[in-house]
Amino acid sequence: MTFLSLNMSVLAVIVPLMAAPICVLLRHSGLAWAWATAIAGITFVLSIGLLQHIMANGTLVYEMGGWDGPWGIVYHIDEVSALVVMIVAAIAAVVMPYAKLSIEREIPKERHYLVYCMFLLCMAGLIGMAVTGDAFNLFVFLEVSSLSSYVLISLGNDRRALTASLRYLIIGTLGATFYVIGLGMIYMMTGSLNMTDLATSLPEVQDTQTIHVAFAFVIIGFGLKLALFPLHIWLPNAYTYAPSAVTAFLAATATKVAVYAMLRLIYTVFGDVNPFETYGLRGVMIALALLGMFAGSLLAIFQTNVKRLLAYSSIAQVGYMVLGISIGNAIALEGGIIHMFNHALMKGGLFMAMGCVFYMVGSTDLKDMAGMGKRMPLTAAAFVIGGFALVGTPLTVGFISKFYLVQGALAEGWWPIAFMIMFASLLAVIYVWRVVEVMYFQKPADGDLSYNEAPIAMLIPTYVLIGAAVYFGTDATLTSEISLNAAQTLLGGSK
Amino acid sequence: MNIEIITSDALNVMTLLFMAVTAIAIARIRNLFAVVMLSGIYSLMGATLYVILDAVDVAFTEAAVGAGASTVLMIGTLALTSANENATPNKQTIKALIACTLIGFALVYASFDMPLFGDPNAPIHNHVVPRYLNDSMAEIGLPNVVTSILASYRGYDTMGEAFVIFTAAVGVIALIGRGRREKSANENMADANNVMKRKIVLRVVSKLLIPFILLFGLYVQWHGDFGPGGGFQAGVIFGAAFILYGIIYGLGTLRKALPAWLTRWLMALGVLLYACTGVVSLIKGASFLDYNVLASTPTGGQHIGILLVEFGVGMTVFASIVTIFCAFAGRAAADVNKVSAKQRSAGHD
Amino acid sequence: MIDYAFPGLLNYWIVFLLMMIGLYIVIAHENLIKKIVGLNVFQVSVFVFYISMAKIKGGTAPILADSIEVYSNPLPHVLILTAIVVGVATTALGLALVVRIQESYDTIEDDEIRDIEERSD
Repeated sequence: MTFLSLNMSVLAVIVPLMAAPICVLLRHSGLAWAWATAIAGITFVLSIGLLQHIMANGTLVYEMGGWDGPWGIVYHIDEVSALVVMIVAAIAAVVMPYAKLSIEREIPKERHYLVYCMFLLCMAGLIGMAVTGDAFNLFVFLEVSSLSSYVLISLGNDRRALTASLRYLIIGTLGATFYVIGLGMIYMMTGSLNMTDLATSLPEVQDTQTIHVAFAFVIIGFGLKLALFPLHIWLPNAYTYAPSAVTAFLAATATKVAVYAMLRLIYTVFGDVNPFETYGLRGVMIALALLGMFAGSLLAIFQTNVKRLLAYSSIAQVGYMVLGISIGNAIALEGGIIHMFNHALMKGGLFMAMGCVFYMVGSTDLKDMAGMGKRMPLTAAAFVIGGFALVGTPLTVGFISKFYLVQGALAEGWWPIAFMIMFASLLAVIYVWRVVEVMYFQKPADGDLSYNEAPIAMLIPTYVLIGAAVYFGTDATLTSEISLNAAQTLLGGSK
Repeated sequence: MNIEIITSDALNVMTLLFMAVTAIAIARIRNLFAVVMLSGIYSLMGATLYVILDAVDVAFTEAAVGAGASTVLMIGTLALTSANENATPNKQTIKALIACTLIGFALVYASFDMPLFGDPNAPIHNHVVPRYLNDSMAEIGLPNVVTSILASYRGYDTMGEAFVIFTAAVGVIALIGRGRREKSANENMADANNVMKRKIVLRVVSKLLIPFILLFGLYVQWHGDFGPGGGFQAGVIFGAAFILYGIIYGLGTLRKALPAWLTRWLMALGVLLYACTGVVSLIKGASFLDYNVLASTPTGGQHIGILLVEFGVGMTVFASIVTIFCAFAGRAAADVNKVSAKQRSAGHD
Repeated sequence: MIDYAFPGLLNYWIVFLLMMIGLYIVIAHENLIKKIVGLNVFQVSVFVFYISMAKIKGGTAPILADSIEVYSNPLPHVLILTAIVVGVATTALGLALVVRIQESYDTIEDDEIRDIEERSD
């Protein structure tokens, strides 16, 4: 048992990482799926253990190879990291069982084992990003997760998946390279790559021109990865044309981890510099977040493909998270962090519902949603509940997030921002309603209203996420305790 | 003033200027074949620069990868696509110019607080690094500090790097790999059409060269502890030998010597070997990748650990490079066959 | 006595120029292969940036020997070794995508591809 508790953090990364090459050796579609599902389950259990451990004992430092920081690479895991690891592992554990049928329908059989291998690599890369305490190691695991997600996206049925993937590859690589340039300048001025070590040495050089520009570069780098408005152009096509299971997984995890990385940079690496005040970052970030919220929601309203609609909604939702980060008091930060978790649940669930539709109908166009309320009542209901959460109706997780965000804005006396958060939710009502209306009140062109529900093996995972989105909306004690702790640790400085 | 230092500085600036000229040429020229060649030259000049700047290991890798592997892949892609680029619209050129100028000025603005080039008092030479230079001999016992950091102090990064190239290889199979039956049929047909095979000079020279390349690869693999080199470079060099063989004798012949299942196993086993070395440390009660516990003495353990992980990297890189090459070449072979089939049917009409 | 004024910052300025040419190629050109070549140029320039900062005047390669006192900084070398591998991995994947795009669109000019996509919407 001590073995597990000592090494839980590293196991959460290397279990999926090492499982990937084994997946390639298995080569059998069913076997590879079973293997990947089992590994996702094990990782989920590990991540729960890790989160409990951190909540009980505080920040965990794990020295890779026995070399202490800043000479070696260390893991630096606090409540936020553990929460993000848990989000990734949980979503993977839910999406994996769902993926079997969905992937069988959308991808030729001989490639299945490669898909599961990529899934595992992507998951390991994302978890690796969340636990690391080394700024360069962050880049390495960012690339593991990025390369695998490019491949996963490109495997979509439509040929536009290929171009979406390549454009994402180009923008993603530019983003990563910007990060590396910025990091190079930070390293040049401090001589260190360890995040906690940087936190202590950066204040000395915070007013140099080099660090100003370096900061801009790392923020832009991750801004590209997390689809911060106006750096979001790669996202809609990537989410629309990727295979359904892939979209569900990436939409629920990839942007969250990028948000986490930005959080880490701002609050830990530059924690004692306080870039919001020193560099006047707060105004810029709040403006971009609000713009993203409105532009994302407005664009979502005019989409004719539901997957694309949800993708634009993701850009808006990322805006909420960034807003929470940049208002900067404990309540708003708590709101931002809890929204990472909550949005993962609802967006994962919504995309999975769309995957069910695609499985049965072969399309996610809005016009093909007609009559879904009768033809696929369970799937449609899942979409409606998820839509409620997206809007922020009470008793769903969306309400909890927005409650904290609004409170955080009001605590600073910024009531216009609080008002805008609520106004943006109204826009969400419009785009969710458009889909609901078509689902329940329009007749399909061929008039076929016969019951034709998705297989139970896909519905159960969908309802697990949707159910969780309701459960944690009615009883948010656990999630808000974790995120409040996380916010306090972050605001407590670099320690 | 020391004459050696002046020469090296002058060479440094001159190489950089040459690189700038090459980069501009790459931007201007619309013949993609020339562009790809220039990009190889650009990498090679980068490698030269790294030698001037004392980064011999990096130079080695850049030459093998940037000038070698990347260029081969790009030419492979060109064979499958078109060789010329359309003119770019002016509007976009201007937008891009403005963006790049702004970012460029930001960087120049940043440079005014940077330590001067070559200054030994810069922070990076006085924090963290002194331990590597002063203590790595006692802690790890290898003369090549780059290898010590790469495989031990920052061994976890290197594991990530091995997984990145593994990801790319698997991804390339997923994108342009072919089913088994289809593959061998295409390869054999393409081999029959291979022009290279008929050139006797190429055949003889390659047969002479390949054993030496392989030997050199082995040397680089096992000598990385003492001089420049290591698993990654060795893997690429080993891969290059087989790629050369494939280019001259055809993909089918290459795949007979090195079947697809073998490269797939090597690719997977290499990264697994790396990670398992770390797991052994875990089981022995130490941290992941802590090599100290692998033998009775810490330095002995470090030596074994580094040997194992470097071998793992070598295996994965070698197999991945060959896999990626074969995927591209296999696609080209299929393409050639399609075209010749089309021509044949056109001839019958 | 060693003079640090030359090349001083000039070295970095040329490196920044190289980076920006790379970035320019990626942004301005529509041809996908050209874009990937541009990414390469951009990345190699970043590598040069790291290796430049590692240099100490009069230093030698960081391979320990008794007769040598000043070594250039080995840490950026290690980072860039990793980054080179990441770079070639990205290039390989990008080119594979280009091949597939050529097969399904019959062109690798991004503007033409956008036209085709808009028409099919």
